[in-house]
Order: sequence, then C-alpha cells, then structure tokens
Amino acid sequence: MIKKVESNKKYEEYLKKTQPKPNYFKNCLWAFIVGGLICTFAQIVHDLFEKYLNMEHVEATSATVMTMIFIGATLTGLGVYDKIGKRAGAGSIIPITGFANAIVAPAMEFKREGIIFGVGAKMFILAGPILVHGILASVIVGFIHYFLKR
Amino acid sequence: MTYVYAFIVGGLICVIGQLIMDYTKLTPAHVLVIFVTSGVILTAVGLYEPLVKIGGAGATIPIPGFGYALAKGAIKAVDENGIIGAFTGGVEATAGGIAVAIVFGYIMAILFNPKVK
Repeated sequence: MIKKVESNKKYEEYLKKTQPKPNYFKNCLWAFIVGGLICTFAQIVHDLFEKYLNMEHVEATSATVMTMIFIGATLTGLGVYDKIGKRAGAGSIIPITGFANAIVAPAMEFKREGIIFGVGAKMFILAGPILVHGILASVIVGFIHYFLKR
Repeated sequence: MTYVYAFIVGGLICVIGQLIMDYTKLTPAHVLVIFVTSGVILTAVGLYEPLVKIGGAGATIPIPGFGYALAKGAIKAVDENGIIGAFTGGVEATAGGIAVAIVFGYIMAILFNPKVK
C-alpha cells in the first residue's frame, strides 16, 4: 500500500517533469488578438445594424449576438472554427462564437447516434452547463433584486 | 475609437480565460461556466455595465456578456412584473441567441460531417 502511494508520487513527479509547459505568453497573445478581432468584427456588425437597419442600440446588440452565433455555427460546420481554435485557445472559446461552436461540434460528432439522442441531446453537452448555471444565477439575482427593492 | 476599445476589452477578457486554462487545469467547459456566472454576478453588483459602456461588443460578445444579458433581463423584468420576472426575464432577454444557436446548430449538424483530424 505504501509502495503504491510512493510510486504514485513518483509518477506524478515524472509527469510534471515530462509534460510540456504551456507557453503562457504566446497563448495569451493569440487569445488577445483573436478574441479582440472577433469583438471588433462584432462591433462593426453592430454599427452597421444601427446605421443601415435603423435599429435601436439594445436591439442592435441582440441582433449582433445572433449574427455572431450564426457565423460561429457556420464556421464550425465548415471545419474552419476548429482550425482557428487550435492556435487561439480562449480567444475562440470565450466569445459567443465559441458558444455556437460548443453546440455544433458535438451535434455533428454524434449525428450517427440519431437525431434524438445524437444531435438533440449531445447539442447541449457543453452548452447545457452554461445555460443551467447562467439561468440559475440570473433567477437568484432577480430574487435578490426583488427583495432589496421592497 | 469604439473599435479599439472593443478590441482591447474583448481581448483582455479572453486573456483572463487563457490564463485560467493554462495555470489551473480547468477545462474550457469549467471556464465558460465560471465566466457566464461571473457575468451575472458582476452585472448584479453594477460592475459589468461600465465595461459594456466602454467596450461595447468587446464586453457583450464574450461569454460574460451572455451573463450580463441574463442578469439585466431578470432585473428589468422584476421591475416591470414583480417576482414572476425573476423567472422570465433572463431567458426572455437571451431567447434570440439561444434559438438561433439551436436552429443553426441543428442545420449545421445535419448538413456537415466532422472533419477528419
């Protein structure tokens, strides 16, 4: 038993030594540039909506989010988004296009399991936890706001 | 100038996510859940709104912006409809995004096959 624990420790040390350390600076730079570019593009889309479709600011904001989700879903379908993601890391995961990617990628992957348990269920394997915790938190915030207001 | 701010704010939010993923061994799913929840909380205490004012899409497009929309919707609905609003507001405000994600997610999954890696 003691031997086992020791060998486990040794193994962990071995893993620490041999695992490549992430290149923190390079990863951050890629995340910054790709994340920044996605947001700048979204800002341009937003301004175009306001200018040419005469949308209100709030309306244009949600239209922009929808457009970005559409673009993210399309690029994932075409296989382009995952190529960007290899370099960009969080730069492609954190923007809302990454949310679209998290929905489309597993849906495509598990298509062969059918449209009910494949596409329908696996679609939310990553997006589900985000929606669950986001909505849960927003309901709690709504409750707190209600009781503080009284 | 709004584009520069969008770039910087959006880029920095992504850098924070990258640092969390590199330094802790958290998966992207963990980071996304943490970020969306942080977005809700930061909005509730009034810290995210200024960021949206400065960064525009740089603050609304990253996933904390989704939390911002959820929290803002819940708070607004509570002001308008009382306690029922706490349940309806968040989802109502983000319904468009969720529906678009489901519809096009479904279409893309039917149309395309995953690329061989």
